[in-house]
Amino acid sequence: MSTHSNSKIEWPLWEIFVRSKQGLDHKHVGSLHAADAAMAIENARDVYTRRMEGISIWAVESKNIHASNPDEAGSLYDPANDKAYRHPTFYDLPNEVEYM
Amino acid sequence: MQNQQDVLFQNKVDKEIRIEPKDWMPEKYRQTLIRQISQHAHSEIIGMLPEGNWITRAPSLRRKAILLAKVQDEAGHGLYLYSAAETLGISRDEMYHQLHTGKAKYSSIFNYPTLSWADMGVIGWLVDGAAIMNQVPLCRSSYGPYARAMVRVCKEESFHQRQGFDILYTLGKGSEAQRKMAQDAINRWWWPSIMMFGPKDDESPNSIQSMKWKIKRFSNDELRQKFIDVCAEQVKVLGFTLPDKDLKWNETRKHYDFGEINWDEFWQVIQGNGPCNKERLEARKKAWTDGEWVRDAATAYAAKNKAA
Repeated sequence: MSTHSNSKIEWPLWEIFVRSKQGLDHKHVGSLHAADAAMAIENARDVYTRRMEGISIWAVESKNIHASNPDEAGSLYDPANDKAYRHPTFYDLPNEVEYM
Repeated sequence: MQNQQDVLFQNKVDKEIRIEPKDWMPEKYRQTLIRQISQHAHSEIIGMLPEGNWITRAPSLRRKAILLAKVQDEAGHGLYLYSAAETLGISRDEMYHQLHTGKAKYSSIFNYPTLSWADMGVIGWLVDGAAIMNQVPLCRSSYGPYARAMVRVCKEESFHQRQGFDILYTLGKGSEAQRKMAQDAINRWWWPSIMMFGPKDDESPNSIQSMKWKIKRFSNDELRQKFIDVCAEQVKVLGFTLPDKDLKWNETRKHYDFGEINWDEFWQVIQGNGPCNKERLEARKKAWTDGEWVRDAATAYAAKNKAA
């Protein structure tokens, strides 16, 4: 194999999101390499929708995704834990009220 | 400190909490996964070659369309797995480099030749059958991206096994020559197929740690036994036999006993001395080198459009 091709810059990585049917959200399905956005969508069609898994594809270059840090999960999500009053089940309704 | 992190990590794994790319993980866990997932990806890619060999000679348009779809699936499986491995911090090019230089291995089964059309049937039934047996538990592997890739792979793999079985079932109902061809293919592929589960448990040193980390869920020997039990029954439906005179139902074990595996052959093929090792690697390297100008052109085109 030609070693110099190894030192070349790889095609960028893209994250692929697929909408499985009209009315549903796009969902992350995986990633792939492509030279540009058009190729990313074309490749995503071949790689992730060979069995009618989708009707719409989003491709986002991976470097543009910003993620929260798992080490900060505690401080980020814990405060939501002690606010049970945000859920309807927190409130006792008198029996006379049938539906609310 | 390091030690405490190890304990926290193991607790998470024990509680069946999946590990995701940005989570802390022991270096050995990362390296084990990179090795296993990339090896798996390489197997899918090299695995296209023995079957690609028969696409132009499929006996009917229907069989040809099916085989094309199956080989395309293998390419897809390779891509799912490569991207799962990349989440662990290794680049795609580095993995290709390891494959092309022989540093990384792939499943030794693909170093055997596909001599007749019946081999397409046997690869689907036995080789993909063994792969499924291995892969279904991997859908619950502790590493999230690997487990998710395997869910997709397994969904698609069951069509592969059935189409293989269907080829053999059809040949079994065919002429004397067709039946002979199918039996010959089964005879050649049976032993290599059961070697696919890897060395015996007591000779597989990495297995214990992998099971503790829940990368693996069952041992090599457990899976091999399960596979043999299933095939010993299915081969009767096909009307063929498995080439093992010691294959016999054991009422006390509730499993089939089977003959001694030729482990020398297994290690020979892994070390590069199988019938097709050189040919497979050459074909793979040629595809990579021949495709270089296409990759370059696409890169140049993208750069030009960006600048404009």
